[in-house]
Amino acid sequence: MSKRSSQDDMIVSKKAVISNFSRRKFIGYAGAATGLMAGLAACKKDDVPDNKDGVDLGSGDIGILNYAYALEQLEAAFYIKVIASPYTGITAEETASLTEIRDHEIAHREFFKKALDTKAISALEVNFSSINFTSRDSVLGTAKAFEDLGVSAYNGAGKLLTDPNYLVLAGKIVSVEARHAAYIRNKITNGSFADSTVIDMNGLDKSRTPPEVLAIAGAFISTKINASNLPTS
Amino acid sequence: MNFNNIFGEIEKADPEVYDRLDTRRSAMKQFANLSGKIAIAAVPLALGSMFKKAYGGTKSTNETVREILNYALTLEYLEAEFYTSAIAKGTALIPAGAAANAIQTISNHETAHVAFLRAAIAPMGAVATKPTFDFSGGSGSGNGPFKDVFTSYPLFLAVAQTFEDTGVRAYKGRAAELVKGGDLLTAALNIHSVEARHAAHIRQMRKANGVDVKPWITGKISGIASGVEASYEGEDNTKQATIEIVNINGMSISANAATEAFDEGLTKAQVLAIIGPFIKP
Repeated sequence: MSKRSSQDDMIVSKKAVISNFSRRKFIGYAGAATGLMAGLAACKKDDVPDNKDGVDLGSGDIGILNYAYALEQLEAAFYIKVIASPYTGITAEETASLTEIRDHEIAHREFFKKALDTKAISALEVNFSSINFTSRDSVLGTAKAFEDLGVSAYNGAGKLLTDPNYLVLAGKIVSVEARHAAYIRNKITNGSFADSTVIDMNGLDKSRTPPEVLAIAGAFISTKINASNLPTS
Repeated sequence: MNFNNIFGEIEKADPEVYDRLDTRRSAMKQFANLSGKIAIAAVPLALGSMFKKAYGGTKSTNETVREILNYALTLEYLEAEFYTSAIAKGTALIPAGAAANAIQTISNHETAHVAFLRAAIAPMGAVATKPTFDFSGGSGSGNGPFKDVFTSYPLFLAVAQTFEDTGVRAYKGRAAELVKGGDLLTAALNIHSVEARHAAHIRQMRKANGVDVKPWITGKISGIASGVEASYEGEDNTKQATIEIVNINGMSISANAATEAFDEGLTKAQVLAIIGPFIKP
């Protein structure tokens, strides 16, 4: 599962992670699981980024901020490349908006770098080999996946923070990621800004744990990441 | 809805939840029995009463949390009734097709937020009652500055944008008080980002209608002539945690991008002053 060749693979992988997550809970509570689900779990287990020799995100609030810094590095690198090599048929409006999103992500990335100072992780190497930057579908599909992932990551990380100031800062960023997600989704299909693939029957957005997020984001990051010291509750 | 997930999230926040709920097995059995007997729409309420057994009266912070959730509920009441009132006007107000579908989607979410928050608050104590609203912003006179809100589509979208942006800012403004709030904090965050998606979409609808706004908030520009300044106060901030974002670390980041990249919170007092005119005293 370390190399993925297409956008579809990433989406399948994401579903597998979610299934696995729900499955573990289900076993915990009901004491039973199907063979299929167990298979998915076995497949995904190696993807959980506990590489002890990788870049260590750290522990506590600093670990969570470095986790956010890692995701912002990924998003910024993606949009920098999108603007540097625009897809075929990009409109003036899309260029303008995607350039703005790029600048927002760079601002987020640099904010974490400066705020973390000597505790910041190094620059990560990204791997965008699965993205076809000449294709609008590939670029916007990836952007949608990244933005929805970012929203769920911040939503899931909020309860892991202990300093209220950091929580507020994460809150200031996550709503901007949600605005990006809505914009990108509408560019793909108008009206899909908050459709039932991301919002549940209670009107709630998704949240994901750091291991869930890194299992998905890891497909686009070559640098090994050690998230084993992050808080889990 | 994945109720196994809900239990999982609560278990992480409160490892003893299953002791509170008797045992895992009986909790699940209790829950399975419940969901077998009642319609899905009633499940959040059943969930609430189940948690009442678990948490009832044990948390000293209950009052603070309940106050924050009732505050959020009041805003959701406002948004939910605003959209249902607008939808009731039919195509006289909202064009059929994409626009009507989008407003229906948003309306459904706001109504779901009301039900969700009511169910979450009920086990903690009194649930805020729905105020009588005056969407003209006239404090009950029906003759406020937005009196044409349900007859003028552009004005309707402008007020919708203000409510959504204010909602995003309101949740953010109380986030610090919910720090280490476990599952409740996560639920609040999961509502908060939905409001931001709504805000972005309404802004795109306005843009499609010829208004010069973006999905994100630039400076404190609302694209609305007057009457909503308080909802955008402070959005022109370019410093985060004392760090200047404009041209940060030698990057070319404009003042506009610096303000857009971070949404700002509003205090409770600011929000109450904003929504005051929309509530009949």
